[in-house]
Amino acid sequence: MKVILRNPRREVDVPGNRRVKDILRELDIIPETVLVICGDDLITADQVVRDGDTIELRPVMSGGSASGR
Amino acid sequence: MKCRKCGETAVLELRRHNAAFCAPDFLEFFRNQVREAIRKHRMFTRDETVLVAVSGGKDSLALWDVLIDEGYRTTGLYLDLGIFEYSVESKAKCEKFAAARGVSLIVSAVADEVGAPVPIIKDVTRRPPCSGCGLSKRYLMNRVALEHGMPVVATGHNLDDEAATLFGSVMHWQTDALPRQSPALPSTHAKLVRRVKPLYRLSERETAAFAFLRKIDYIVEECPFAKGATSITHKEILSRMEDASPGAKHNFLFGFLDRARPAFERAESVLLNECARCGQVTTGTICAFCKLADQVKRRVAP
Repeated sequence: MKVILRNPRREVDVPGNRRVKDILRELDIIPETVLVICGDDLITADQVVRDGDTIELRPVMSGGSASGR
Repeated sequence: MKCRKCGETAVLELRRHNAAFCAPDFLEFFRNQVREAIRKHRMFTRDETVLVAVSGGKDSLALWDVLIDEGYRTTGLYLDLGIFEYSVESKAKCEKFAAARGVSLIVSAVADEVGAPVPIIKDVTRRPPCSGCGLSKRYLMNRVALEHGMPVVATGHNLDDEAATLFGSVMHWQTDALPRQSPALPSTHAKLVRRVKPLYRLSERETAAFAFLRKIDYIVEECPFAKGATSITHKEILSRMEDASPGAKHNFLFGFLDRARPAFERAESVLLNECARCGQVTTGTICAFCKLADQVKRRVAP
């Protein structure tokens, strides 16, 4: 399966048929710091992603001068 | 995982609330949190026009979306920082958002006001870019609100922003900054408008989820100057704590607001003057914004 990462945008291939939380752990990504997007939907950490699926791990963290955020 | 309210498949788990929600119930949860923030801190009324500071990012556009849907009178303010393609794209997102909803957007360019865009300000001042950027934003938000007769500025600061700011202040024991950290800062001078943060009860992930589910076209790419920023480091530390102990960020911030902030508020209040140059509020004779503009103009003048 394919995982799309951002900032910078890139793709990695990982074994599928696993729960989202296992994929995040393998990629050393804290679940709190990303949205997990599959197609047009958000999915939760307990959902299983199949081989052939693509998910996007979209970072939610922004920083710097927060004054006008 | 099932939605806590209706039992349908959940799209988002909120571990700190020991809950998960489907999309419609999450959107309602989100709006309820904003309503509660506005109500609890009497941030603004429906008779007032709220100046919403928007950056093109998820937080400020999510905030504006909720306020419009709730029937508040709003005007957006986009401050063009002049940060290369990032600013071009973020401005376009704000203009598209405003046009689609038929709401007005004020655009003000930092380069016109300070004399140079943020990348040049960074070089001139030899300070972190976020420093001059933040100073310019605070000053211009207040001035634009005053010029347009709006009594309040709303920003998209979320729970993570506030917890990270508090963490930074505590790490350096900046006791002068602690009383100013609040979801709602009242007007303490005729030339200072109220500043409110209606998203302070919601995490960064929750605002991102709201923006995604509402199909808000926001800028996902990070500001190029944010890389390595201290606030990001603090957020990463807090997120690791949150992962190990859900609710840690909430407890840190809300515990401060409920129990510690009042103690710092009792400290001596500062005397506010009007800047001899621009007339805006300052604690000195010339405000920090005018000093910055002077410094920039000296260095970039032909």
